[in-house]
Amino acid sequence: MLRAYSALVYLFLYGPIALIVLFSFNSGLSAADFQGFSLRWYARVAGNSLMLDALRTSLTVAFSSAALATIMGTMAALALQRVKGPVRVIFDGLTYIAIMVPGIVIGIATLIALVTTFDAANAVLAEIWPTDTPPQLHMGYGSIIAAHTLFSMALVVVIVRARIAGMDRSLIEASMDLYADPWATFRQVTLPQLAPAILAGFLLCFTFSFDDFVIAFFVAGPLNTLPIYVFSSIRRGVTPEINAIGTAIMMFSLVMLFGAQLLLRRKSVQGKT
Amino acid sequence: MTATAQTIATPAVTERRQSGRWLTALLLAPSAVWFFVLLILPLAVVLVYSVGVRAPAGGYQAAFTLDNYLNLPARWAAFKNTLTLAPLGTLICLLAGYPLAYFLAVKSSARWRVMLLILVIVPFWTSFLIRTYAWIFILGGRGIPALLDAMGMGDVRLINTPFSVMCGIVYAYLPLMVFPIYVSLEKLDKRLLEASEDLGAGPFATFRQITLPLSAPGIITGCMLVFILLMGEYLIPQMLGGGKVFFIGNALVDLFLQSLNWPYGSAVAMALVIIMLVTVSLYLRATAATGGRRDASLI
Repeated sequence: MLRAYSALVYLFLYGPIALIVLFSFNSGLSAADFQGFSLRWYARVAGNSLMLDALRTSLTVAFSSAALATIMGTMAALALQRVKGPVRVIFDGLTYIAIMVPGIVIGIATLIALVTTFDAANAVLAEIWPTDTPPQLHMGYGSIIAAHTLFSMALVVVIVRARIAGMDRSLIEASMDLYADPWATFRQVTLPQLAPAILAGFLLCFTFSFDDFVIAFFVAGPLNTLPIYVFSSIRRGVTPEINAIGTAIMMFSLVMLFGAQLLLRRKSVQGKT
Repeated sequence: MTATAQTIATPAVTERRQSGRWLTALLLAPSAVWFFVLLILPLAVVLVYSVGVRAPAGGYQAAFTLDNYLNLPARWAAFKNTLTLAPLGTLICLLAGYPLAYFLAVKSSARWRVMLLILVIVPFWTSFLIRTYAWIFILGGRGIPALLDAMGMGDVRLINTPFSVMCGIVYAYLPLMVFPIYVSLEKLDKRLLEASEDLGAGPFATFRQITLPLSAPGIITGCMLVFILLMGEYLIPQMLGGGKVFFIGNALVDLFLQSLNWPYGSAVAMALVIIMLVTVSLYLRATAATGGRRDASLI
Protein backbone atom coordinates (compact mmCIF):
# COMPACT_ATOMS: atom_id res chain seq x y z
CA MET A 1 0.00 0.00 0.00
CA LEU A 2 2.85 2.31 0.88
CA ARG A 3 4.41 1.35 -2.43
CA ALA A 4 1.25 2.20 -4.34
CA TYR A 5 0.99 5.52 -2.54
CA SER A 6 4.60 6.37 -3.40
CA ALA A 7 3.95 5.52 -7.04
CA LEU A 8 1.03 7.94 -6.95
CA VAL A 9 3.23 10.70 -5.55
CA TYR A 10 5.73 10.17 -8.37
CA LEU A 11 2.83 10.33 -10.81
CA PHE A 12 1.77 13.61 -9.20
CA LEU A 13 5.34 14.97 -9.44
CA TYR A 14 5.98 13.96 -13.04
CA GLY A 15 2.51 13.90 -14.57
CA PRO A 16 2.21 17.65 -15.11
CA ILE A 17 5.76 17.87 -16.51
CA ALA A 18 5.03 14.96 -18.84
CA LEU A 19 1.86 16.69 -20.03
CA ILE A 20 3.77 19.84 -20.90
CA VAL A 21 6.32 17.82 -22.85
CA LEU A 22 3.62 15.77 -24.57
CA PHE A 23 1.56 18.77 -25.63
CA SER A 24 4.59 20.68 -26.83
CA PHE A 25 4.58 18.15 -29.67
CA ASN A 26 0.84 18.45 -30.25
CA SER A 27 -0.09 20.00 -33.55
CA GLY A 28 -3.51 20.97 -32.19
CA LEU A 29 -4.32 23.96 -30.04
CA SER A 30 -5.67 22.56 -26.77
CA ALA A 31 -5.44 19.64 -24.39
CA ALA A 32 -8.79 18.34 -25.61
CA ASP A 33 -7.47 18.56 -29.11
CA PHE A 34 -4.55 16.18 -29.54
CA GLN A 35 -4.00 16.01 -33.29
CA GLY A 36 -0.75 14.17 -33.55
CA PHE A 37 2.98 14.74 -33.46
CA SER A 38 4.37 17.97 -34.79
CA LEU A 39 7.34 20.24 -34.26
CA ARG A 40 5.49 23.36 -35.39
CA TRP A 41 5.63 25.02 -31.94
CA TYR A 42 9.36 24.46 -31.70
CA ALA A 43 9.78 25.98 -35.13
CA ARG A 44 7.78 28.96 -33.99
CA VAL A 45 9.94 29.33 -30.83
CA ALA A 46 13.14 29.17 -32.88
CA GLY A 47 11.92 32.10 -34.96
CA ASN A 48 10.73 34.20 -32.01
CA SER A 49 13.30 36.99 -31.74
CA LEU A 50 11.88 38.44 -28.49
CA MET A 51 12.25 35.04 -26.86
CA LEU A 52 15.77 34.62 -28.22
CA ASP A 53 16.78 38.04 -26.89
CA ALA A 54 15.39 37.11 -23.47
CA LEU A 55 17.28 33.80 -23.62
CA ARG A 56 20.52 35.62 -24.46
CA THR A 57 19.98 38.02 -21.54
CA SER A 58 19.27 35.15 -19.15
CA LEU A 59 22.35 33.22 -20.21
CA THR A 60 24.56 36.31 -19.82
CA VAL A 61 23.14 37.12 -16.39
CA ALA A 62 23.27 33.50 -15.20
CA PHE A 63 26.84 33.00 -16.35
CA SER A 64 28.14 36.29 -14.93
CA SER A 65 26.40 36.02 -11.58
CA ALA A 66 27.37 32.36 -11.17
CA ALA A 67 31.02 33.13 -11.98
CA LEU A 68 31.16 36.09 -9.59
CA ALA A 69 29.34 34.22 -6.83
CA THR A 70 31.55 31.16 -7.20
CA ILE A 71 34.76 33.17 -6.98
CA MET A 72 33.69 35.39 -4.09
CA GLY A 73 31.89 32.61 -2.22
CA THR A 74 34.86 30.25 -2.46
CA MET A 75 37.22 32.99 -1.30
CA ALA A 76 34.99 33.69 1.70
CA ALA A 77 34.62 30.00 2.52
CA LEU A 78 38.40 29.54 2.47
CA ALA A 79 38.91 32.54 4.72
CA LEU A 80 36.15 31.58 7.15
CA GLN A 81 37.84 28.30 8.08
CA ARG A 82 40.71 30.40 9.45
CA VAL A 83 38.76 32.96 11.46
CA LYS A 84 36.83 32.68 14.69
CA GLY A 85 35.00 35.12 16.90
CA PRO A 86 32.82 38.04 15.83
CA VAL A 87 33.91 38.07 12.15
CA ARG A 88 32.77 34.51 11.71
CA VAL A 89 29.51 35.07 13.61
CA ILE A 90 28.72 38.10 11.44
CA PHE A 91 29.45 36.25 8.20
CA ASP A 92 27.40 33.26 9.30
CA GLY A 93 24.53 35.59 10.16
CA LEU A 94 24.72 37.43 6.83
CA THR A 95 24.87 34.18 4.85
CA TYR A 96 21.84 32.94 6.75
CA ILE A 97 19.90 36.17 6.19
CA ALA A 98 20.75 36.23 2.47
CA ILE A 99 19.31 32.73 2.09
CA MET A 100 16.32 33.19 4.41
CA VAL A 101 14.90 36.59 3.45
CA PRO A 102 12.24 35.99 0.76
CA GLY A 103 13.28 36.77 -2.81
CA ILE A 104 10.47 39.26 -3.13
CA VAL A 105 11.77 41.33 -0.20
CA ILE A 106 15.33 41.19 -1.59
CA GLY A 107 13.99 42.29 -4.98
CA ILE A 108 12.02 45.21 -3.56
CA ALA A 109 14.77 46.31 -1.19
CA THR A 110 17.37 46.22 -3.97
CA LEU A 111 15.03 48.12 -6.28
CA ILE A 112 14.36 51.03 -3.95
CA ALA A 113 17.95 51.19 -2.69
CA LEU A 114 19.38 51.26 -6.22
CA VAL A 115 16.77 53.68 -7.59
CA THR A 116 17.46 56.05 -4.70
CA THR A 117 21.24 55.75 -5.11
CA PHE A 118 21.07 56.12 -8.90
CA ASP A 119 18.86 59.21 -8.67
CA ALA A 120 21.30 60.85 -6.27
CA ALA A 121 24.33 59.79 -8.33
CA ASN A 122 22.77 60.95 -11.62
CA ALA A 123 22.05 64.37 -10.11
CA VAL A 124 25.66 64.66 -9.00
CA LEU A 125 26.95 63.43 -12.37
CA ALA A 126 24.78 65.96 -14.23
CA GLU A 127 26.24 68.66 -12.00
CA ILE A 128 29.91 67.82 -12.38
CA TRP A 129 30.03 66.36 -15.90
CA PRO A 130 31.84 68.74 -18.28
CA THR A 131 29.63 68.06 -21.32
CA ASP A 132 25.85 68.21 -21.72
CA THR A 133 25.40 64.45 -21.89
CA PRO A 134 26.46 62.96 -18.57
CA PRO A 135 26.37 59.16 -18.23
CA GLN A 136 23.18 57.92 -16.60
CA LEU A 137 23.15 55.07 -14.10
CA HIS A 138 20.13 52.83 -14.57
CA MET A 139 18.77 49.37 -13.85
CA GLY A 140 19.86 46.64 -16.22
CA TYR A 141 22.48 43.94 -16.46
CA GLY A 142 24.46 45.32 -13.54
CA SER A 143 21.56 45.34 -11.11
CA ILE A 144 20.27 41.84 -11.99
CA ILE A 145 23.74 40.31 -11.89
CA ALA A 146 24.55 41.99 -8.57
CA ALA A 147 21.27 40.91 -6.97
CA HIS A 148 21.56 37.32 -8.18
CA THR A 149 25.17 37.17 -7.04
CA LEU A 150 24.11 37.92 -3.46
CA PHE A 151 21.94 34.82 -3.06
CA SER A 152 24.26 32.64 -5.14
CA MET A 153 27.30 33.70 -3.15
CA ALA A 154 25.62 32.65 0.10
CA LEU A 155 24.80 29.30 -1.52
CA VAL A 156 28.44 28.78 -2.58
CA VAL A 157 29.71 29.67 0.90
CA VAL A 158 27.45 26.99 2.41
CA ILE A 159 28.39 24.31 -0.16
CA VAL A 160 32.15 24.93 -0.16
CA ARG A 161 32.32 25.17 3.63
CA ALA A 162 30.54 21.83 3.93
CA ARG A 163 33.18 20.39 1.62
CA ILE A 164 36.03 21.96 3.59
CA ALA A 165 34.61 20.50 6.80
CA GLY A 166 34.62 17.03 5.24
CA MET A 167 38.09 17.41 3.74
CA ASP A 168 41.02 15.21 4.64
CA ARG A 169 43.34 17.45 6.70
CA SER A 170 46.15 14.91 6.74
CA LEU A 171 46.94 15.56 3.08
CA ILE A 172 47.47 19.24 3.79
CA GLU A 173 49.70 18.44 6.73
CA ALA A 174 51.66 15.95 4.63
CA SER A 175 52.14 18.59 1.97
CA MET A 176 53.41 21.06 4.58
CA ASP A 177 55.73 18.42 6.03
CA LEU A 178 57.15 17.89 2.56
CA TYR A 179 58.08 21.60 2.50
CA ALA A 180 55.48 22.73 -0.02
CA ASP A 181 54.82 26.42 0.53
CA PRO A 182 51.22 27.43 1.38
CA TRP A 183 50.44 28.47 -2.20
CA ALA A 184 51.70 25.18 -3.64
CA THR A 185 49.75 23.30 -0.98
CA PHE A 186 46.63 25.23 -1.87
CA ARG A 187 47.04 24.72 -5.61
CA GLN A 188 48.03 21.05 -5.50
CA VAL A 189 46.12 19.71 -2.50
CA THR A 190 43.27 21.94 -1.32
CA LEU A 191 41.95 23.17 -4.66
CA PRO A 192 41.69 19.75 -6.35
CA GLN A 193 39.77 18.47 -3.31
CA LEU A 194 37.40 21.43 -3.39
CA ALA A 195 36.98 21.49 -7.18
CA PRO A 196 33.84 19.30 -7.36
CA ALA A 197 32.06 21.42 -4.72
CA ILE A 198 33.09 24.65 -6.44
CA LEU A 199 31.89 23.43 -9.84
CA ALA A 200 28.65 22.11 -8.36
CA GLY A 201 28.17 25.49 -6.68
CA PHE A 202 28.65 27.19 -10.03
CA LEU A 203 26.05 25.00 -11.71
CA LEU A 204 23.51 25.50 -8.91
CA CYS A 205 24.01 29.27 -9.03
CA PHE A 206 23.59 29.20 -12.78
CA THR A 207 20.38 27.21 -12.41
CA PHE A 208 19.08 29.54 -9.70
CA SER A 209 19.77 32.68 -11.73
CA PHE A 210 18.44 31.18 -14.96
CA ASP A 211 15.23 30.18 -13.16
CA ASP A 212 14.70 33.25 -10.97
CA PHE A 213 11.69 35.36 -11.74
CA VAL A 214 10.86 37.38 -8.66
CA ILE A 215 14.17 39.20 -8.06
CA ALA A 216 14.74 39.93 -11.76
CA PHE A 217 11.14 41.17 -12.06
CA PHE A 218 12.04 44.09 -9.78
CA VAL A 219 15.62 44.91 -10.74
CA ALA A 220 15.74 44.10 -14.47
CA GLY A 221 14.73 47.62 -15.52
CA PRO A 222 13.98 47.55 -19.27
CA LEU A 223 15.55 44.10 -19.79
CA ASN A 224 13.62 40.88 -20.30
CA THR A 225 15.04 37.69 -18.84
CA LEU A 226 13.60 34.40 -20.05
CA PRO A 227 11.38 33.87 -16.95
CA ILE A 228 10.10 37.45 -17.28
CA TYR A 229 9.35 36.82 -20.96
CA VAL A 230 7.59 33.52 -20.18
CA PHE A 231 5.62 35.12 -17.35
CA SER A 232 4.35 37.91 -19.56
CA SER A 233 3.45 35.53 -22.40
CA ILE A 234 1.47 33.40 -19.95
CA ARG A 235 -0.29 36.57 -18.86
CA ARG A 236 -1.23 37.29 -22.45
CA GLY A 237 -2.78 33.87 -22.72
CA VAL A 238 -1.77 30.22 -22.71
CA THR A 239 -0.48 29.11 -26.11
CA PRO A 240 1.12 25.80 -27.11
CA GLU A 241 4.28 27.76 -27.84
CA ILE A 242 4.82 28.13 -24.08
CA ASN A 243 4.81 24.33 -23.79
CA ALA A 244 7.67 24.16 -26.24
CA ILE A 245 9.66 26.87 -24.44
CA GLY A 246 8.93 25.16 -21.11
CA THR A 247 10.10 21.78 -22.36
CA ALA A 248 13.32 23.29 -23.67
CA ILE A 249 13.94 25.14 -20.37
CA MET A 250 13.31 22.02 -18.30
CA MET A 251 15.66 19.93 -20.41
CA PHE A 252 18.36 22.57 -19.99
CA SER A 253 17.88 22.77 -16.18
CA LEU A 254 17.99 18.98 -15.97
CA VAL A 255 21.35 18.85 -17.71
CA MET A 256 22.77 21.50 -15.36
CA LEU A 257 21.33 19.76 -12.31
CA PHE A 258 22.67 16.33 -13.19
CA GLY A 259 26.06 17.89 -13.80
CA ALA A 260 25.99 19.36 -10.28
CA GLN A 261 24.83 16.07 -8.75
CA LEU A 262 27.55 14.06 -10.47
CA LEU A 263 30.22 16.50 -9.31
CA LEU A 264 29.01 16.53 -5.71
CA ARG A 265 28.89 12.76 -5.56
CA ARG A 266 32.43 12.32 -6.78
CA LYS A 267 34.52 11.79 -3.70
CA SER A 268 37.71 13.35 -5.01
CA VAL A 269 39.42 14.48 -8.15
CA GLN A 270 42.92 13.40 -9.01
CA GLY A 271 45.23 16.38 -9.29
CA LYS A 272 46.90 16.11 -12.64
CA THR A 273 49.69 18.62 -12.16
CA MET B 1 47.62 28.04 9.59
CA THR B 2 48.38 24.90 11.60
CA ALA B 3 48.55 24.41 15.33
CA THR B 4 52.36 24.45 15.28
CA ALA B 5 52.28 28.13 14.36
CA GLN B 6 51.03 28.91 17.85
CA THR B 7 53.59 26.89 19.76
CA ILE B 8 56.85 28.43 18.55
CA ALA B 9 56.75 32.13 17.77
CA THR B 10 59.93 32.60 15.73
CA PRO B 11 60.13 35.84 13.72
CA ALA B 12 59.42 33.93 10.52
CA VAL B 13 56.26 32.43 12.01
CA THR B 14 55.09 35.80 13.31
CA GLU B 15 55.62 37.24 9.86
CA ARG B 16 53.68 34.45 8.25
CA ARG B 17 50.85 34.87 10.74
CA GLN B 18 50.83 38.56 9.94
CA SER B 19 50.56 37.91 6.19
CA GLY B 20 47.95 35.25 6.89
CA ARG B 21 45.79 37.87 8.51
CA TRP B 22 46.11 40.10 5.45
CA LEU B 23 45.25 37.19 3.20
CA THR B 24 42.12 36.43 5.25
CA ALA B 25 40.98 40.04 5.06
CA LEU B 26 41.64 40.09 1.32
CA LEU B 27 39.66 36.90 0.80
CA LEU B 28 36.70 38.19 2.80
CA ALA B 29 36.66 41.70 1.32
CA PRO B 30 34.60 41.10 -1.88
CA SER B 31 31.84 39.16 -0.14
CA ALA B 32 31.78 41.68 2.70
CA VAL B 33 31.29 44.51 0.20
CA TRP B 34 28.53 42.54 -1.53
CA PHE B 35 26.74 41.76 1.71
CA PHE B 36 26.93 45.39 2.72
CA VAL B 37 25.83 47.00 -0.56
CA LEU B 38 23.22 44.44 -1.63
CA LEU B 39 21.85 43.13 1.65
CA ILE B 40 22.40 45.40 4.65
CA LEU B 41 22.02 48.68 2.79
CA PRO B 42 18.80 47.73 0.94
CA LEU B 43 17.23 46.31 4.11
CA ALA B 44 18.20 49.49 5.97
CA VAL B 45 16.59 51.55 3.19
CA VAL B 46 13.38 49.51 3.57
CA LEU B 47 13.45 50.16 7.31
CA VAL B 48 13.94 53.91 6.82
CA TYR B 49 11.27 54.12 4.10
CA SER B 50 8.78 52.26 6.25
CA VAL B 51 8.54 55.27 8.58
CA GLY B 52 8.29 57.78 5.70
CA VAL B 53 5.33 59.06 3.69
CA ARG B 54 4.35 58.60 0.05
CA ALA B 55 5.48 61.44 -2.19
CA PRO B 56 2.58 63.02 -4.14
CA ALA B 57 3.84 61.53 -7.44
CA GLY B 58 4.60 58.17 -5.85
CA GLY B 59 7.78 56.96 -4.22
CA TYR B 60 9.20 58.18 -0.94
CA GLN B 61 9.29 61.43 0.98
CA ALA B 62 11.32 61.73 4.19
CA ALA B 63 9.32 61.75 7.43
CA PHE B 64 9.08 59.95 10.71
CA THR B 65 5.71 58.40 11.28
CA LEU B 66 4.37 55.04 12.39
CA ASP B 67 1.20 55.48 10.31
CA ASN B 68 2.32 52.88 7.78
CA TYR B 69 2.56 50.26 10.50
CA LEU B 70 -0.75 51.33 12.05
CA ASN B 71 -2.29 51.00 8.58
CA LEU B 72 -1.17 47.40 8.13
CA PRO B 73 -4.72 46.07 8.81
CA ALA B 74 -5.77 47.73 5.53
CA ARG B 75 -4.01 44.80 3.84
CA TRP B 76 -5.48 42.32 6.28
CA ALA B 77 -6.79 40.05 3.50
CA ALA B 78 -3.26 39.42 2.20
CA PHE B 79 -1.94 38.70 5.70
CA LYS B 80 -4.90 36.46 6.47
CA ASN B 81 -4.53 34.47 3.24
CA THR B 82 -0.80 34.06 3.77
CA LEU B 83 -1.13 33.10 7.41
CA THR B 84 -3.82 30.52 6.70
CA LEU B 85 -2.74 29.07 3.34
CA ALA B 86 0.98 28.91 4.22
CA PRO B 87 0.46 26.74 7.34
CA LEU B 88 -2.23 24.72 5.57
CA GLY B 89 0.03 24.14 2.57
CA THR B 90 2.84 23.12 4.93
CA LEU B 91 0.55 20.66 6.69
CA ILE B 92 -0.64 19.09 3.42
CA CYS B 93 2.98 18.80 2.23
CA LEU B 94 3.85 17.07 5.52
CA LEU B 95 0.93 14.63 5.36
CA ALA B 96 1.56 13.88 1.70
CA GLY B 97 5.33 13.78 1.97
CA TYR B 98 5.89 11.78 5.17
CA PRO B 99 4.68 8.42 3.80
CA LEU B 100 6.91 8.86 0.75
CA ALA B 101 9.93 9.75 2.90
CA TYR B 102 9.18 6.72 5.09
CA PHE B 103 8.90 4.47 2.07
CA LEU B 104 12.20 5.74 0.66
CA ALA B 105 14.14 5.50 3.92
CA VAL B 106 12.74 2.30 5.41
CA LYS B 107 10.93 0.19 2.82
CA SER B 108 12.58 0.79 -0.54
CA SER B 109 15.33 -1.53 -1.76
CA ALA B 110 18.85 -0.16 -1.43
CA ARG B 111 19.36 -0.59 -5.17
CA TRP B 112 16.66 1.92 -6.12
CA ARG B 113 16.86 4.24 -3.14
CA VAL B 114 19.31 6.82 -4.51
CA MET B 115 17.59 6.92 -7.88
CA LEU B 116 14.16 7.39 -6.28
CA LEU B 117 15.50 10.11 -4.00
CA ILE B 118 17.04 12.02 -6.91
CA LEU B 119 13.71 11.75 -8.71
CA VAL B 120 12.08 13.54 -5.77
CA ILE B 121 14.64 16.35 -5.69
CA VAL B 122 14.91 16.98 -9.42
CA PRO B 123 11.59 18.81 -9.83
CA PHE B 124 12.58 21.25 -7.08
CA TRP B 125 15.51 22.47 -9.17
CA THR B 126 13.70 22.60 -12.50
CA SER B 127 11.93 25.72 -13.65
CA PHE B 128 9.52 26.86 -10.96
CA LEU B 129 7.67 29.06 -13.43
CA ILE B 130 7.08 26.25 -15.91
CA ARG B 131 5.99 23.82 -13.19
CA THR B 132 3.45 26.33 -11.94
CA TYR B 133 2.39 27.02 -15.50
CA ALA B 134 1.75 23.29 -15.90
CA TRP B 135 -1.16 23.69 -13.48
CA ILE B 136 -2.61 26.59 -15.46
CA PHE B 137 -2.46 24.26 -18.43
CA ILE B 138 -4.06 21.37 -16.52
CA LEU B 139 -6.72 23.29 -14.59
CA GLY B 140 -7.29 26.13 -17.04
CA GLY B 141 -9.85 26.41 -19.81
CA ARG B 142 -8.07 24.11 -22.27
CA GLY B 143 -7.13 21.46 -19.70
CA ILE B 144 -9.35 19.32 -17.49
CA PRO B 145 -12.42 21.57 -17.93
CA ALA B 146 -12.11 21.21 -21.72
CA LEU B 147 -11.85 17.42 -21.34
CA LEU B 148 -14.84 17.36 -19.00
CA ASP B 149 -16.75 19.52 -21.42
CA ALA B 150 -15.92 17.17 -24.30
CA MET B 151 -17.26 14.36 -22.13
CA GLY B 152 -20.44 16.31 -21.61
CA MET B 153 -19.81 17.20 -17.96
CA GLY B 154 -20.64 20.84 -18.49
CA ASP B 155 -18.95 23.95 -17.18
CA VAL B 156 -16.41 23.30 -14.42
CA ARG B 157 -14.19 26.02 -13.05
CA LEU B 158 -10.94 24.98 -11.37
CA ILE B 159 -8.44 27.77 -11.94
CA ASN B 160 -8.28 30.94 -9.79
CA THR B 161 -9.58 29.19 -6.69
CA PRO B 162 -7.93 28.36 -3.35
CA PHE B 163 -7.90 24.77 -4.66
CA SER B 164 -5.74 25.62 -7.68
CA VAL B 165 -3.38 27.68 -5.50
CA MET B 166 -3.05 24.74 -3.12
CA CYS B 167 -2.31 22.37 -6.03
CA GLY B 168 0.51 24.67 -7.11
CA ILE B 169 1.86 24.95 -3.55
CA VAL B 170 1.93 21.22 -2.83
CA TYR B 171 3.35 20.52 -6.26
CA ALA B 172 6.13 23.06 -5.87
CA TYR B 173 7.16 22.36 -2.27
CA LEU B 174 6.57 18.65 -1.69
CA PRO B 175 10.20 17.76 -2.58
CA LEU B 176 11.45 20.23 0.01
CA MET B 177 9.41 18.46 2.69
CA VAL B 178 10.33 14.90 1.71
CA PHE B 179 14.08 15.41 1.69
CA PRO B 180 14.78 16.43 5.33
CA ILE B 181 12.32 13.82 6.65
CA TYR B 182 14.06 11.20 4.55
CA VAL B 183 17.43 12.22 5.99
CA SER B 184 16.23 11.85 9.59
CA LEU B 185 14.43 8.57 8.90
CA GLU B 186 17.44 7.12 7.14
CA LYS B 187 19.53 7.63 10.28
CA LEU B 188 16.97 5.75 12.32
CA ASP B 189 18.36 2.48 13.67
CA LYS B 190 16.16 -0.23 12.13
CA ARG B 191 16.89 -2.53 15.11
CA LEU B 192 14.76 -0.23 17.27
CA LEU B 193 11.78 -1.09 15.09
CA GLU B 194 12.50 -4.81 15.44
CA ALA B 195 12.95 -4.46 19.19
CA SER B 196 9.64 -2.67 19.49
CA GLU B 197 7.94 -5.38 17.48
CA ASP B 198 9.56 -8.14 19.56
CA LEU B 199 8.27 -6.47 22.68
CA GLY B 200 4.75 -6.85 21.37
CA ALA B 201 4.04 -3.33 20.11
CA GLY B 202 1.71 -3.11 17.13
CA PRO B 203 2.75 -1.22 14.00
CA PHE B 204 0.86 1.87 15.09
CA ALA B 205 2.41 1.92 18.58
CA THR B 206 5.88 1.43 17.07
CA PHE B 207 5.30 4.30 14.69
CA ARG B 208 3.97 6.61 17.38
CA GLN B 209 6.58 5.78 20.02
CA ILE B 210 9.71 5.29 17.93
CA THR B 211 9.56 6.37 14.29
CA LEU B 212 7.67 9.61 14.76
CA PRO B 213 9.74 11.04 17.68
CA LEU B 214 13.03 10.07 16.01
CA SER B 215 12.04 11.76 12.75
CA ALA B 216 10.97 14.95 14.56
CA PRO B 217 14.09 16.93 13.51
CA GLY B 218 13.37 16.17 9.85
CA ILE B 219 9.72 17.10 10.26
CA ILE B 220 10.61 20.40 11.90
CA THR B 221 13.23 21.26 9.27
CA GLY B 222 10.94 20.34 6.39
CA CYS B 223 7.99 22.28 7.81
CA MET B 224 10.10 25.36 8.45
CA LEU B 225 11.68 25.34 4.99
CA VAL B 226 8.30 25.02 3.28
CA PHE B 227 6.60 27.50 5.60
CA ILE B 228 9.30 30.14 5.17
CA LEU B 229 9.27 29.89 1.38
CA LEU B 230 5.47 29.95 1.33
CA MET B 231 5.38 33.12 3.41
CA GLY B 232 7.22 34.98 0.65
CA GLU B 233 5.36 33.32 -2.21
CA TYR B 234 4.29 35.47 -5.13
CA LEU B 235 4.23 33.47 -8.35
CA ILE B 236 1.84 30.68 -7.35
CA PRO B 237 -1.02 32.90 -6.11
CA GLN B 238 -0.35 35.29 -8.99
CA MET B 239 -0.58 32.59 -11.66
CA LEU B 240 -3.10 30.20 -10.11
CA GLY B 241 -5.10 32.57 -7.90
CA GLY B 242 -5.91 35.09 -10.59
CA GLY B 243 -6.17 38.07 -8.22
CA LYS B 244 -8.78 36.28 -6.10
CA VAL B 245 -6.35 34.41 -3.84
CA PHE B 246 -3.41 36.66 -3.02
CA PHE B 247 -0.50 36.56 -0.58
CA ILE B 248 1.59 39.28 1.10
CA GLY B 249 3.98 38.95 -1.87
CA ASN B 250 1.22 39.97 -4.27
CA ALA B 251 0.31 42.92 -2.05
CA LEU B 252 3.98 43.98 -2.16
CA VAL B 253 4.13 43.90 -5.96
CA ASP B 254 0.92 45.91 -6.10
CA LEU B 255 2.21 48.50 -3.63
CA PHE B 256 5.63 48.93 -5.22
CA LEU B 257 4.86 48.61 -8.92
CA GLN B 258 1.21 49.72 -9.23
CA SER B 259 0.26 52.23 -6.55
CA LEU B 260 3.89 53.31 -6.03
CA ASN B 261 3.35 53.59 -2.29
CA TRP B 262 6.90 52.75 -1.26
CA PRO B 263 6.66 53.68 2.43
CA TYR B 264 3.55 51.60 3.05
CA GLY B 265 4.99 48.77 0.96
CA SER B 266 8.17 48.93 3.04
CA ALA B 267 6.15 48.59 6.23
CA VAL B 268 4.39 45.52 4.77
CA ALA B 269 7.79 44.07 3.81
CA MET B 270 9.15 44.72 7.31
CA ALA B 271 6.08 43.05 8.83
CA LEU B 272 6.68 40.01 6.61
CA VAL B 273 10.37 39.81 7.61
CA ILE B 274 9.49 40.19 11.30
CA ILE B 275 6.85 37.44 11.14
CA MET B 276 9.47 35.22 9.51
CA LEU B 277 12.18 36.07 12.06
CA VAL B 278 9.81 35.19 14.90
CA THR B 279 8.95 31.91 13.20
CA VAL B 280 12.60 31.08 12.59
CA SER B 281 13.56 31.71 16.20
CA LEU B 282 10.65 29.59 17.40
CA TYR B 283 11.92 26.92 15.03
CA LEU B 284 15.46 27.16 16.41
CA ARG B 285 14.10 26.76 19.93
CA ALA B 286 11.99 23.79 18.87
CA THR B 287 14.97 22.08 17.22
CA ALA B 288 17.07 22.69 20.30
CA ALA B 289 14.34 21.03 22.36
CA THR B 290 14.29 17.87 20.23
CA GLY B 291 18.07 17.84 20.16
CA GLY B 292 17.97 17.54 16.39
CA ARG B 293 20.41 18.82 13.82
CA ARG B 294 19.47 20.92 10.85
CA ASP B 295 19.54 18.94 7.64
CA ALA B 296 18.63 21.63 5.21
CA SER B 297 20.99 20.76 2.40
CA LEU B 298 19.15 19.72 -0.73
CA ILE B 299 22.20 18.49 -2.57
